[in-house]
Amino acid sequence: MKPFQYLRPSKLKAAIEMVSGDPQARYIAGGTNLIDLMKRGIVAPEKLVDINHLPLKKIEYKTGVLRIGALALNSEVAAHETVLQKHPLLAQALDSGASGQLRNMATVGGNILQKTRCTYFYDTALPCNKREPESGCSALEGINRLHAIFGTETENPAKTCIAVHPSDMCVALAALDADVLLSGPGGERRIKIADLHRLPGANPELDTNLERGELITAVEIRDNAFARNSHYLKVRDRASYAFAIVSVAAALDIDNGQIRSARLAMGGVAHKPWRLIAAEKSLEGQPVTESSFRKAAEVAMVGARGFGQNDFKLKLAPNAIVQALLTAAGIE
Amino acid sequence: MKDEEIPAGEELVCGVENRFDEDRRYFLKQSVAIAGLAFVPGSLVAGGENALPESFGDTENVKLSIAINGKKHQLNIDPRTTLLDLLRERLALTGTKKGCDLGHCGACTVHINGQRTLSCLTFAVMQNGTKVTTIEGIGTPEKLHPLQTAFIRHDGFQCGYCTPGQIMSGVSCIREGNAGSEAEVREYMSGNLCRCGAYPNIVNAILEVKNSGEKV
Repeated sequence: MKPFQYLRPSKLKAAIEMVSGDPQARYIAGGTNLIDLMKRGIVAPEKLVDINHLPLKKIEYKTGVLRIGALALNSEVAAHETVLQKHPLLAQALDSGASGQLRNMATVGGNILQKTRCTYFYDTALPCNKREPESGCSALEGINRLHAIFGTETENPAKTCIAVHPSDMCVALAALDADVLLSGPGGERRIKIADLHRLPGANPELDTNLERGELITAVEIRDNAFARNSHYLKVRDRASYAFAIVSVAAALDIDNGQIRSARLAMGGVAHKPWRLIAAEKSLEGQPVTESSFRKAAEVAMVGARGFGQNDFKLKLAPNAIVQALLTAAGIE
Repeated sequence: MKDEEIPAGEELVCGVENRFDEDRRYFLKQSVAIAGLAFVPGSLVAGGENALPESFGDTENVKLSIAINGKKHQLNIDPRTTLLDLLRERLALTGTKKGCDLGHCGACTVHINGQRTLSCLTFAVMQNGTKVTTIEGIGTPEKLHPLQTAFIRHDGFQCGYCTPGQIMSGVSCIREGNAGSEAEVREYMSGNLCRCGAYPNIVNAILEVKNSGEKV
C-alpha cells in the first residue's frame, strides 16, 4: 500500500479544507470499502482524512423530518426506534446488507458513496472504464451475470460501464425520496438522493455528482404514509451476506383497497439506485391486486436490456417487483 | 484492571517525509525481525506483548494509544497498519486470524468498544482511544469462556482457523439479542465463513449458551 499522511480533524471546516485543496486526499469514515480498495491498489491516496471525530453521528427527529447524521453506523440506524417506527423499509434494507460486523463499522455516508463490486473494477489486470478511463469495459462481453439492465449505453466502448451500485440502503432511501445534505468548500447544499448518484454517460469513472471536497453530513427523510405497507425484497445467490442480484423497495399508501400513492426503487439493476417513477404513477388510484402490480412491473421494465449472462434479470426483476408489492400490501 | 482514560479525537497531523527511505528500512527491519523470530523459543513468543522487540513491525510515524484486553498500549505505528496486523505482527496476539484480509470471511472479528467489527478493515490509528477485546481477552485455557466450552462440546470446528472469529461474533450475536432461534443465529452469523462446514455445530453451540441464560 502506498504510504499516506494520516490526518484527524475535529472540525468539519478543517476536514473540508484538507480534502478540497488536494486531489490526492480522501476522506475515510468506516473504511470498510476504502481500505479494501487501498489494499488492492485501486485507490492510492497520499492523504487520508479521518472524519470519525466530526460531530455527525446524531439521529434526530424534528417536526416531521428524520435527520440521520452521516457518521451514524448502519447498525445504529437499523436499530433506531424512530427508524423502525416511521421508516421500517430503511431498517429492513440496512439489515439485509453486509454482515453484523460490517454494519457496526459502515456509516450512512460511506454506504452511499461505496464503489461498485463489479469484479473487473477490482481486477487491475483487466480493462475497466471506471477504474481507468478509456481502457474498455471487460464486463460487456465477460462475466456479467450481476450487471446492469437499466441506464446502459454501449455505443462508445471507451465510455461503456455496465456496473451496478451495490447499496441496499440507498434503494430504500430512493423509495423514501430522501434528501442528502452536503458541505463543501462552497458552503452547504441539499440534493435528492436520486440526483446524487449518476449514470455512467461520458464519465463512467464518476459515481456521483459530488464536487471535490464535498462531504455528506446527513440524510433527511420526511414523514410519509408508507410505514404500514412497505417491503424490501432482496434476491441473492445465498440466503445472507451477499450483494443483491436484484432488490426491490416497495411502499404503498393504501386507502380502502385503493392505492393512493406508491414508491418503488430497485437495486442491482443500474449504475445508481433505480427509482421507478413511471411504475409508481401507474399504481395511483388502482386497486390493491396482483394484476395492478403486474402492470406496474411491465411499466417498470420499459427500456431494460440484458448483456447475455444477466438476461435472466429481465424476468427476475418484474417478478421481484410484483412479489415485493404483494408483501408490502400484506397479500402474501 | 482499571481502564485509564485515553483521549479520543485528538487532532493529529503527521508527516510523510522520506517515505521511500522508510519503506526500505521497514522492509529490512521486518525481514530481520521475521528471520529472528524463527529462532525464538515458542514460550517467549507466547509471553505476550512485550516479548517482541520494539522495532518489530516498524515504524515511528503515528502515535497510537489503545487498550487491548484491558492493557493500555502507547505505540508508534505506520498509519498503513491495520488493526489486525497490529494485533498479530506487533503485539503477538495471534489468536485473531487473517483469512481473506478483505472483509469477506470474518476470521479477524474482534470487539471494539464492545461491538464486533472486522480488524482487517480498519487502520489501527483510526482506533486511537478505543478498547479492543480479542479472543485472548475473553477466556483463558484455565477458565474458558462459556461459548468456548460450548464450541468444544458441540465440535464447532474442524481446522479451527475461523473459530476465534466465530466465537467473538457468536458472543456479540448473543449480547445483541440476535440468537433467538436457529434462523436468527444463521442470519446474524452469516459474516463468519467456515470452509470446513461446521455450521450446524456452531449454531448449536451458540443456541446452547444463549438458552442457558449464562452471562456472556
